[in-house]
Order: sequence, then C-alpha cells, then structure tokens
Amino acid sequence: MNHKLDLIRPWIEPRSRVLDLGCGDGALLASLQEQLDVIGYGLEIDPDSISSCLEKGVNVIEQDLNKGLKNFADQSFDTVLMTQTLQALRYPHLVLDEILRIGSKCIVTFPNFGHWRTRAYLNFLGRMPVTKQLAYQWYDTPNIHFFTYDDFEALCKERNINILHREFMAQGVADKALKSVFPNLFTEIAVYHLSR
Amino acid sequence: MLKRLGALRLAEYNLNELTMSSDSHNNQNNQDNSVGLVKPQQVVIEQPLKLACGVVLPSHKLVYETYGTLNKDRSNGILICHALSGDHHAAGHHEGETKTGWWDHYIGPGKPIDSNRFYIVSVNNIGSCFGSTGPTSENPETGKPYGADFPPLRARDWVASQRLLMQHLKIKCWAAVVGGSLGGMQAMRWSLEHPDELQHAVVIASSMKLTAQNIAFNEIARKAIKSDADFCDGNYLQHNKVPHNGLALARMIGHVTYLSDELMGQKFGRDLRSGDLLQGKTEPVEFQIESYLNYQGDKFSDFFDANSYILITKMLDYFDLAREYNHDPVAAFSHAKCKFLVVSFSSDWRFSPDRSQEITDALIAAGKNVSYIAIDSDHGHDAFLLPNERYQKALGGYLSKLADHVEGGS
Repeated sequence: MNHKLDLIRPWIEPRSRVLDLGCGDGALLASLQEQLDVIGYGLEIDPDSISSCLEKGVNVIEQDLNKGLKNFADQSFDTVLMTQTLQALRYPHLVLDEILRIGSKCIVTFPNFGHWRTRAYLNFLGRMPVTKQLAYQWYDTPNIHFFTYDDFEALCKERNINILHREFMAQGVADKALKSVFPNLFTEIAVYHLSR
Repeated sequence: MLKRLGALRLAEYNLNELTMSSDSHNNQNNQDNSVGLVKPQQVVIEQPLKLACGVVLPSHKLVYETYGTLNKDRSNGILICHALSGDHHAAGHHEGETKTGWWDHYIGPGKPIDSNRFYIVSVNNIGSCFGSTGPTSENPETGKPYGADFPPLRARDWVASQRLLMQHLKIKCWAAVVGGSLGGMQAMRWSLEHPDELQHAVVIASSMKLTAQNIAFNEIARKAIKSDADFCDGNYLQHNKVPHNGLALARMIGHVTYLSDELMGQKFGRDLRSGDLLQGKTEPVEFQIESYLNYQGDKFSDFFDANSYILITKMLDYFDLAREYNHDPVAAFSHAKCKFLVVSFSSDWRFSPDRSQEITDALIAAGKNVSYIAIDSDHGHDAFLLPNERYQKALGGYLSKLADHVEGGS
C-alpha cells in the first residue's frame, strides 16, 4: 500500500478533491489526508470496511458503484481513484467514462492477467489462475473481467482516454528488472493516470 | 402539567422492540451499562428569546438532563436533540422508576454516545410538554395556560433556545450535536446558524424538508385532534377537558407510519386478540394490530399535550433547510464548518434513505466532510431508536474517533 501511495502521490495535488471508489478500510485516503491534506471521500459497500473508515476519521459514503455515480456532478473532483476494482465491475468501460466525467483526472489500478505467472498457470495446469493478486477460485471470484495491460491500452485508445502516466508494479526480482521492457509479461499490478 | 403514566404493560403484547416508537419510552433497563439514576434539572432562561415568528418570549424554562462529566476545557459536550414527542429523559432512569430514557440503547457508559467520554446534554425543547415552557405553561399576560395561543415555532427557535442553555452551561463549542428525525433537522440548522459552535453534526433518519406525503400525514393527525369536541379550539385546559380521543387517533396514524409493513406483518400478521372468524360466530373480532394501536394511542394521549402535537408537527412541516439560501442545499451547506455523519434506515418510508442521500450529496458538493451509512433494518422510521449492531458500531466508531480527538487536547 505504501509502495502504491509513493507511486501515485506525485499525481495528486495538495488540498485537492479526491474521490476513492471502493476505498476499503480507508487507509489510502487516510494517508492522502495526512500527507497532502486532500478533501477525500471514499465509496464503499462493505459494512466492516465502512466502520474502519469511520474509526479512522475518513469520509466514507455507503454507495454501490454498480448502481451508478449519477449523484456526482461533472468535473466535481480533481482526482478519482479506483484501485483493484475495475475488474470486479459489471461494465468497466462505462464506469471508466463516468469516472472521467466526475474527475478531471483519474487513477486506476488493476491486476494484469497477462503476467507470465498467470499465463503459465493457465497454459500448463489448464486451470484458471489462482495467484496472490487473483486469490479466488473461478466460481467465487469478485473479479468478473480478466484483462491484460495490452487490453487496457487498447481500450484507452478506443475511447480516446489520455494516458498521462503508467507505472508497473511487480514483486519478483526478475519481474522488477523486466517490467519496463515487457510490461504485459512482467507487471503484476498496472497503475494508470488518465484524463480525457 | 400533564402527568405521565407509569410503565407500559408491554409483556401483554410481547412486543418489546416494537413499542419504542419514535417518541415513546423504552422500559428495558440495561443495568450493565446504564447511566443509572438521573435527576432532571431545570433552568429559567431570563434572556428574552425572539422567535422566528417575531414574538418574544421574555423568559422561558428548560428542563434537561446531563450524563457524564464536562471536561476541564469544556470541549466534550454533546447535545441530544429530540424528535416530535421526545423529551429530556434520554438515558438512565428516574427515582422510583425502572423505565429508561428514550435513547438508552445509545447513551451510556461504553455505549455509542459514551457517557464515560462525553458530557451529554438532553433538553426538553420549548413548545413541548414535559416541563419546559410550552402550551400547557401559564401565559404571563393572561395568567392562563397558553393553549392554542402559544406562538408558532420553527426548528431554529429550538436551536436558539438550546444555545441559551449552552451558554448557561458555559460551553463554547459542542463536540457534536446529534439527533434523529426532527432532531437531525436541528443538528443541520445548528451547523448553518452557528457554524463555529459545533465540531460535528450527526443527522439520523432526517430530511432537508418534508415531502407532501409527510405533510399530509401530519395534517390528518392535526385534523383528528381538532375534530375532538373536547379540543375547545385548543383551550381545553381552561375547560378542564382533554381531547383524548383525537390525540389518540393522531398518534395511531403517526405510529403506523413510523413502522414498516414488513415489521407489522412479522409481529402481528392477521393474528386475533379476541373473537373468531369462523362462520356462524357473532361475537366481535379484534385483530392484534387493532388492539396494539388502540393501546398505543391511549397511552400516548395520557402523557402528551394535543397543542404541543399540533405545534411540533407544524414545525416539522415548515422546516426547509435551504429556503433562505435560494432553495439551494449546496449554497446552504457552504455555511457549515463542522463534519457530518448522515445515517438512514432501509425500511424508513417517512424519512427515506433518498432524503439522507440528498443531504449527503449536497454536503459533498459543498466540499464538507461527510460520511453516510445506510443501515439495513425492517423497523421503519423507529429504527433510529432501536438496537442494531451495525448502527451501534458505526455511530460508536465515529464518535470514538471524535472522543480521541477531544481527549488529545484541541
């Protein structure tokens, strides 16, 4: 989490308005509040996560992303964050449009299904990958869309989304060394800074 | 002064959790973590209070209770704002009584509004009928009870009067102003009228203004009261009468709307209290729900004042948070400085979750700190008074963070 925060912190202006979609226990927002004095709100539906946010003093709004974000005005946030959630939504491309309607910029992270380990898992074991980043069985996973770094790049192009920055996160020594050269093979988590 | 009757015969109905309607009292005594024995206090505020209608109350009496201890820098005060028929007795029990206050589930040592950490002030507001100046008080100009002549009130008048009590208690800033329903309206009004005098507003099962349907229910209730021959145009006390039936009917209507269809189905269904629906039987049939509602109506009209009911339902109808801000809630909330917690309940159809969502959206658009929780409950509007694990945990978590902040020295 700290690593991720270090990555995205330069992209967020101090005292700006930040909306975190699927904010979990609010740890990221709490750090952003503390370090950058942002005016942050998190959207969340899990009761325990919501309680954690309240106990941290993080603004949390109980709202289901799948039911839309119509209550948020156009360009009402400087940055809309969505970490590790895109793959769990019914219509990721429409949510992406919504995010860029609400925020002038957005930061999206997702697990890269094109990583060599997931490819190898499916190739050699013939089973849907269960990895650290995708830690569920196929039948109980909240992740209903599997896509790769290359898929996401294509989607951005198709929908005229500007990629301001892209960062690749990986843990293994080899992954770290090679992720910049072959991002689709060696990135575990892709981090994008986008605008329209 | 009308006398309140004793403990309810709830066991007869086996409906404990149902009987704690918005404004009535809970008779379960949680001794483990209760504030225990409490004694109401009273103060006569000598400073004239100019009401929104223009009338000036030269002085007024307030009855209130406090729980917990005011800290050294007087910064841990929480004001509890009651709803339509609530009173100052929010927690603990009075001498010789086992019945506990109307929000005893939420106020006490270790409870969400923790009396070990906060100094909690619960006041009976003017216009009500539990000891504070209201329609049953003597009008100094006539020497008779005010009755129907008590000046019309707005939520802001309650806020102004609460602020005089705050000054009497030498509190400069509330840690939080907390209220459900009409209480939430007061908390919101506090945030706009005196933005520097509260750190947090907790707005539970409330609304920025009532819907037409809501006003309609209130008008039916008022009509029921006024249709009682003993109402005497509101001057019943002078004629030694009480519009008992009208008030009971008003309460029955209100009570139904504070519950959900689902809950009534679960608790009463079509069960009979007496009689038999078999063909060939002639004795009258009484459904459990009929008996329950009649009992609730009768009980209520034994302790509540009809003029107060009319006055306070009108106060609810007239409330419109953003009226003076060009009807723009975002412009209204831009004046607030405190942080907000907004809470709604899924089956509440008089103050539905949509109303709370509107409050939340306006606060976000105004750039204010706000959290919103939507609690699943089948208890309708009354849910805000009843035990609910998630609601207790969320409210407690939010306020414990506030207590940490207060105790951290601010």
